[in-house]
Amino acid sequence: MPQLDLATFPPQLIWLAISFILLYVLMAKVGLPRVGEALLARRTRINGDLEKAAQMKNEAEAVIAAYEKALSEARMQAQITLRETMEQLNAQSAERQRKVVEELGKETAAAEKRIAQAKTEALGSVREVAVEVTRAAAQKLTGRDIDAARAGAAVDDVMRERV
Amino acid sequence: MAIELHPLEQFKIEPWIPLHIGGIDASFTNSALFMIASVIVASCLIILGARKRALVPSRWQSVAEISYEFIAGMIDENVGHEGREYFSFIFTLFIFILLGNLLGLIPYGFTFTSHIIVTFAMAGVVFIGVTIIGLARHGFHFLSLFVPHGVPPVLLLLLVPIEVLSYFIRPFTLSIRLFANMMAGHTMLAIFAGFVVGMGIFGFIPLGVDVLLIFLELLVAALQAYVFTILTCLYLRDAIHLH
Repeated sequence: MPQLDLATFPPQLIWLAISFILLYVLMAKVGLPRVGEALLARRTRINGDLEKAAQMKNEAEAVIAAYEKALSEARMQAQITLRETMEQLNAQSAERQRKVVEELGKETAAAEKRIAQAKTEALGSVREVAVEVTRAAAQKLTGRDIDAARAGAAVDDVMRERV
Repeated sequence: MAIELHPLEQFKIEPWIPLHIGGIDASFTNSALFMIASVIVASCLIILGARKRALVPSRWQSVAEISYEFIAGMIDENVGHEGREYFSFIFTLFIFILLGNLLGLIPYGFTFTSHIIVTFAMAGVVFIGVTIIGLARHGFHFLSLFVPHGVPPVLLLLLVPIEVLSYFIRPFTLSIRLFANMMAGHTMLAIFAGFVVGMGIFGFIPLGVDVLLIFLELLVAALQAYVFTILTCLYLRDAIHLH
C-alpha cells in the first residue's frame, strides 16, 4: 500500500504545507474580502432600495390621502353651495310671489275702491233721480210742489227699507 | 483471459522533480502537482470569480458567493458569531479538500486526500489549533469539556476517561474517514476499470458500473469535504462554548 511508504511522507507534508498556506493567504488576503465586499455591496444596495421603496410608498399614500381629503372637501363645498343656491332661489321666488300677491291685492283693493266709489256715485245719482221723480210724480198727482227735503226724506225711507 | 489488477498503483507517489533540501526529500511529486492545481483552481474561482464585484453576479462570481455564504452559514449555525474569526481557515480547508477530491476524479489524476499522511496532517492541525483555542479562551476551565453535566459522581469515573479518549481520537477519526472514503472509491473504480478490457465483449458491464460509480464518487467527494469541514466547526464550537 503506497500510503504507508514512509519515504513519501516528507515531500507530501512539505508540499501540503506550501500549498495550504499559499491558498490560505490568497483566500484570507485577496479572495474572501473581495467576495465579502461584493455581498455587502449588494446587501447595502438592496436594503437601500427597500427603504427607498417604503419611503415612496409612504409618500404615495400621503398624496392619496391628501387627494381624498381634497375630494371630500370639494364634495362638501359643492353641497353647501348647492344648498345655499337652493335657499337663495327659494327665497327669491317666495319674495317674488309675495310681491305679486301684494300687487294683486293692491290692484284688487283699488278696483274694489273704484267699484265702491262708482256704486256710491251710482247710488247717489239714483237718490237724486228718485227725489226728482218723487217731486215730479207728486206734482202731477197732487198738483203741489213738495220741497226737495221732504222728497229726499221719503226716498231715504224707502231706500232704507229696500236696501 | 488475463485480468491484471493493480488497483493500488494509482496511489503511488511519483517524484517528478527530485529535490533535496538539507537532506530532506522535498521532491515535486504527482501529489504536489494536484495540491498546487487545487490552489490554482480555487484562486481562479474565488479571486477571479469575484474580480468585478458585480452587483448582478456572473456565473463564476455566483459560485464564489455561494461557496462563501455556504461556509459562512455553516460557521454561524455550528459555531456562532465567534467562529467568524476562523472563517478564512475553515473556508480554505473546505475548498482545498473539495478540489483535491474532485480533481482526483479526473482520469489519470491523483487524489492527494487518499493519503493518510495528508489527511492526518490536516486533521492534526485542526485538532491542535482547536485545543490551543480552547485553552487560550478558557485556560484550565477548558478541561470541564471532559466532564459531562448532570451525571452522578460515580459515573464520572467511567465517563471522564471515555470523554478524554473520544477527544484525543478525533484527529484519527477525522483523517481516516476522509482518507478511507477516497481510497476505497478510487480502488473500486480501478478494479472495475481493470475488468473492462479483460472481459472482452462484456466489458461494457464493468464500464457501466464505473460510470455509475463516478457519480457516486462525485457525491462522496463533496460530502467528505463537507463532513471534514463541519466536524472542524463542531470541534471549534466545543473549544469556544465548551458544551
